[in-house]
Amino acid sequence: MAGDIILRTQKLTREFKGFVAVEDVDLSIRRGTIHALIGPNGAGKTTCFNLLTKFLAPTRGQIFYKDRDITAAQPAAVARMGLVRSFQISAVFPHLTALENVRVALQRERGESFDFWRSRRVLAQWNDRAAALLDEVGLTEFAQTPAVNMPYGRKRALEIATTLALEPEMMLLDEPMAGMGHEDIDRVAALIKKIAAQRTILMVEHNLSVVANLSDRITVLTRGRILAEGDYATVSSDPRVQQAYMGSGH
Amino acid sequence: MSAAAPAAAAQAAIAAPDAARDFRIAFAIMTALLIAAPFVVYPVFLMQALCFALFACAFNLLIGYVGLLSFGHAMFMGFAGYIAAHLAKVGSIDFTLPLIGVGPHWRFGPLPPLVAIAAGVVCSALLGLLVGALAIRRQGIYFAMITLALAQMVYFFCLQAPFTHGEDGIQSVPRGKLLGIDLSVDLSMYFFVLAIFLTGFLLIYRIIHSPFGEVLKAIRENEARAVSLGYSVDRYKLAAFVLSAALSGLAGATKSLAMQNASLTDVHWSMSGEVVLMTLIGGLGTIFGPVVGAFVIIAMLQYLSPFGQWVTIMQGVIFVVCVLAFRRGVIGELAAVWRKSL
Ligand SMILES: Nc1ncnc2c1ncn2[C@@H]1O[C@H](COP(=O)(O)OP(=O)(O)OP(=O)(O)O)[C@@H](O)[C@H]1O
Ligand SMILES: [Mg+2]
Repeated sequence: MAGDIILRTQKLTREFKGFVAVEDVDLSIRRGTIHALIGPNGAGKTTCFNLLTKFLAPTRGQIFYKDRDITAAQPAAVARMGLVRSFQISAVFPHLTALENVRVALQRERGESFDFWRSRRVLAQWNDRAAALLDEVGLTEFAQTPAVNMPYGRKRALEIATTLALEPEMMLLDEPMAGMGHEDIDRVAALIKKIAAQRTILMVEHNLSVVANLSDRITVLTRGRILAEGDYATVSSDPRVQQAYMGSGH
Repeated sequence: MSAAAPAAAAQAAIAAPDAARDFRIAFAIMTALLIAAPFVVYPVFLMQALCFALFACAFNLLIGYVGLLSFGHAMFMGFAGYIAAHLAKVGSIDFTLPLIGVGPHWRFGPLPPLVAIAAGVVCSALLGLLVGALAIRRQGIYFAMITLALAQMVYFFCLQAPFTHGEDGIQSVPRGKLLGIDLSVDLSMYFFVLAIFLTGFLLIYRIIHSPFGEVLKAIRENEARAVSLGYSVDRYKLAAFVLSAALSGLAGATKSLAMQNASLTDVHWSMSGEVVLMTLIGGLGTIFGPVVGAFVIIAMLQYLSPFGQWVTIMQGVIFVVCVLAFRRGVIGELAAVWRKSL
């Protein structure tokens, strides 16, 4: 059932000066699911994300997105194909307002335009949709606040709104809950559940209760290799997984 | 909650014209001052200051709004200055190869000022495309170093090429006539230069406040995020680099006609440093800052010239004070106090 798989990797490997951060990783992500990638610190999760979104070139291996080989694609091109990522540390445009942050993404609809002679007033056509997206993630009151002045949890929500603005078929979220308080975690978890209705999500997350609640399938990575894969019950009862987490102090 | 969404949108629509109004007021004040200025101050000094102001604004477009520090911007200003001066004075294009003495060459005689300036702009834009294509993939200090190295090569070219007359430069460049007006009269030339400056200045304002400029700002703020949203960041940077080079060329070409000479000073690396200084003193990433900075520096050079070598030291002191005491520059600090974007 290859048609059911939206993203697939084959023997994906990345070395940093002899140190193998990701090794022979074969991932298959089913369309329309929430797939979690977990593992101790330094397991290679972020490196994996960087490889999938082409921010890093693999040393070996191949990546297929919607049955197309994207191993040699440019990162911006991958994003335009509908595979959009977020970052482990919050990635907003700090001196733009929340509304402007989202609008930068919406503006992509114009294609890659270089029309420097036109007034930015043309951007006003996206104000309503940007406001609606902010509303969706509960940021309406922050619309005119520069992102730099927003609380951390709200910045992460803003990132999700910005990513959503591209209406990506597949979202890669790198620790969307990291550094958040309880209240924020519940809100973002609900949000992810909601947006997952129409898209595929690959998510790195350390908060295991969130992972248990949200994900359809889990891949456990340790030292760059896949240790186990399956649903939460299968993975959490796997003695190797328990040991890997214990060994790293979790 | 959905009632609040349109309210937020409406708020955004209000916020924008507010900043636009501030700009219009400040622009009107600046224009009025510049129109009155030549009746009080020596017009040749003002023309020089205006050309440097435009140069600094073009430089600021890159550092202030894309976050790229070019340390070779003098090459665009100086090279365009040579092209414009040569075309306005001699009017020839000569690719005769040095050793064998053959190759294409055309002689068409002195060109009118606007054509000479336009040719200078085109040349600096092409040079910008070449330099940008080589430098744009490098980050931070490496980008600055590559632009500096390439600028040194352009300097060497200008030192050696026959049409630039090496150490002598191109002297007594005729200003020509525009629509029957004799530009050799300083006051007429001043208003010609002012018109060019204002056009360039407004164009830069427009670039910054265009959909394209919005993407540039996003790149400055967080490049990786801009890439992850699907923007081909390198192409945006290159486009901005070429625009900045072309506008620097506009400043240089205009300057060589206004000052009636083109010399090695304008392609020298110290000129690339000078423009960094102007922009920093006026206020990096502010629209009016570079203009103020350019006037301050040019006035210093002019009025402190009796002190000879000491000027460099005074400049250094001012620079240090500026960086330590008011890092946002003159206009940047004022804007912070008034809570406006200037
Ligand atoms: N650019 C790089 N150069 C050298 N080594 C790197 C580089 N990026 C990552 N590494 C190494 O690769 C390993 C995997 O790092 P990665 O960031 O992918 O881990 P992670 O699973 O995301 O961890 P965390 O949970 O802490 O975010 C680490 O040992 C890290 O030091
Ligand atoms: Mg990580």
